Amino acid sequence: MRILRAATVTATVTALAAVAAGCGGGTSFDDGGSDDSPRTLTYWASNQGPNVEADKKILGPELRKFERQTGIKVKLEVIPWPELLNRILAATTSGQGPDVLNIGNTWSASLQATGALLPWDRKNLDAIGGRDRFLAPALEATGAAGKDPAAVPLYSLAYALYYNKRMFQEAGISKPPATWDELVADGKRISKDGKWGLGAEGGQLTNNIHQAFALGKQHGADFFDRTGKPTFTSDGAVAAVKQYIDFMAKDKIIAPGNAEYGQNQSLRDFATGRTAMVLWQAAATTFAADGMKPGDWGVAPVPVPSGTPGTGRQINSMLAGINIAVFKNTRNLQGARKFVKFMTSDTEQRLLNKTYGSIPPVKAAQQDPAFNRKDTRVLRETLIRSAAPLPQIAEESQFETSVGTAVKDLFADAAAGHPVTTASVKARLAKAQQQMAQ
Amino acid sequence: MRGFTRLRRVGLPYLLLLPALLLELLVHLVPMVIGIVMSFKELTQLHIAHWGTAPWKALGNYRVTVDFDAPVGATLLHSFVVTCAFSLLTVGLCWLLGTAAAIFLQENFRGRGLLRAVFLTPYALPVYAAVITWAFLFQRDNGLVNHVLHDQLQLTGDRPFWLLGDNSFLALLVVSVWKTWPFAFLVVMAALQSIPKDLYEAAALDGAGIVRQIRRITLPSLRPINQVLLLVLFLWSFNDFNTPYVLFGKAAPEAADLLSIHIYQSSFVTWNFGTGSAMSVLLLLFLLVVTAGYLLATSRGRKSDG
Repeated sequence: MRILRAATVTATVTALAAVAAGCGGGTSFDDGGSDDSPRTLTYWASNQGPNVEADKKILGPELRKFERQTGIKVKLEVIPWPELLNRILAATTSGQGPDVLNIGNTWSASLQATGALLPWDRKNLDAIGGRDRFLAPALEATGAAGKDPAAVPLYSLAYALYYNKRMFQEAGISKPPATWDELVADGKRISKDGKWGLGAEGGQLTNNIHQAFALGKQHGADFFDRTGKPTFTSDGAVAAVKQYIDFMAKDKIIAPGNAEYGQNQSLRDFATGRTAMVLWQAAATTFAADGMKPGDWGVAPVPVPSGTPGTGRQINSMLAGINIAVFKNTRNLQGARKFVKFMTSDTEQRLLNKTYGSIPPVKAAQQDPAFNRKDTRVLRETLIRSAAPLPQIAEESQFETSVGTAVKDLFADAAAGHPVTTASVKARLAKAQQQMAQ
Repeated sequence: MRGFTRLRRVGLPYLLLLPALLLELLVHLVPMVIGIVMSFKELTQLHIAHWGTAPWKALGNYRVTVDFDAPVGATLLHSFVVTCAFSLLTVGLCWLLGTAAAIFLQENFRGRGLLRAVFLTPYALPVYAAVITWAFLFQRDNGLVNHVLHDQLQLTGDRPFWLLGDNSFLALLVVSVWKTWPFAFLVVMAALQSIPKDLYEAAALDGAGIVRQIRRITLPSLRPINQVLLLVLFLWSFNDFNTPYVLFGKAAPEAADLLSIHIYQSSFVTWNFGTGSAMSVLLLLFLLVVTAGYLLATSRGRKSDG
């Protein structure tokens, strides 16, 4: 009889647990945050340093500083990039998430649409010093236009042209190219005997999108119209993608093998002297890790048609970066705001961006000499003058996947020796646009 | 009263099974049911925070998925065909390799244990580490595969791409077979131990050669094991996600666009979980039909044998 009762109890408990778990999802966000738990915060940091452990070492002392100032203990979890978005989506679905988290700034509008993030309205922004403290384009990459930002800029980055000084010298080139015509001409002089002018990461969808986006701006194309409808097959968009693919297909300054690169092999090729140029964001630490000395490479702005980067058709980079956001149903709203204020304070901005090799989106923090070295100056000036955020639309993720895949497929065509024409580029982009419609 | 006691005695095993059953429900069936419910909803990023209240779409997701004239349905059908071909080839090759190796290793010879251990290594390696190594081997410019085929043996005129275009199917198949065949080897090897030695001795006395022994004794004795083995291999390879994901990343080439990765792309990458769920449910139905059909067919065959 005792066995029977034990079994019954076990069964009942299990059944109850099952029911409870089944109902756990879909917690409402409508009630917003509360201050039920004012002594602790959970912070999900993206992986910015060489590895997760390094991030813990870098952030740990800062979090302890915050604890000394406010008495709030921050529980840190550093989340690797491949997992971050899935973790955020899971937290959104279950309603059980961190209090404060890092997001890639291109996800801002998509995550804003889920309604899981605290809107940074005037009042909230004023509490951390007001919008004017931040670089305007960085603030544009925090959510859809016309809505309160879903996040606040934390670390900013832009693309630059990295070139191998020795290879340039050997080819008799005295200065880095400022226009695409110069880049192609330089590339052709270098591309021989197993050496190549330019590197590309053809299998990496995100990188493809970043390059296509900047070139698109230069052709007057935005990939989306004002109402948010995709316009991938516009003349400008087709011309931009074709120009990028033609570096391999027509100009032959990118090695065909780059079509399958997706694990940053193009950086290794650059570090080992197989390619003379790459377009990248903050690649310095990677080059150093691959054995290059800081004097071996030079940094210049990404070329533009006129030779002088600026706004409009002279934009030469997407605005990359990390935003910091507050989960709407946090149980420590006051504390979360304080923590964002701390992380965006001038001191922390200087310190953390310096350590991570990024540029502070907080204007006052940019005055530090660390952001005026030869490489950081180019990045900083690009950010201020000639960077634009990717389309801030809820379907950004589909955009990256569909157009990124189209560019990858076109690189595969070019590498296999199939002709790449305006018509074939348009066909691939039309297919990508159909996928957006689903 | 006696009836009650009997009921208790008969009922006790079922009662003891109940916790396991409920846990099984919790771990497998509840998520499955939720997945099925999701497939009838419009579950995009606009609704995931309140997925309980996401609007119903009735059969809308299914209609999109099976409309083979539109891009979504057409690519799904293509992906289905690719997956079928991939699974059948993987199962066939794994079984052939596994059985052949197991039979050869039946003989007692020096180094047999070592060889067995070596054969099992691919199965023991973590999937990610193994597949990423293959991804580097298959690289066009620096990969070992092209170094051997092109530089050393000069079999190909130009360096072929293995991870792009049509060759990617072959690359995927090689990695998948390499990774799975040790399981077939292990299972068949275990099954071979239970075949009585005297059967072979009697057959040898009657003048049966090695081929005849394999055909008349080994294969028929392996039949019940093979029935399960082939099914498991099929289900595994049909559902394989890790191999193509690590090998190709988020967007697999068309020639190697397996269903699992296709569904992943249709839900997680594009944040359209409703369509992804609908595809998963269709996949589940297909696998159920295949499994049921296969079990029916094979067990009927066995009855008529007996």
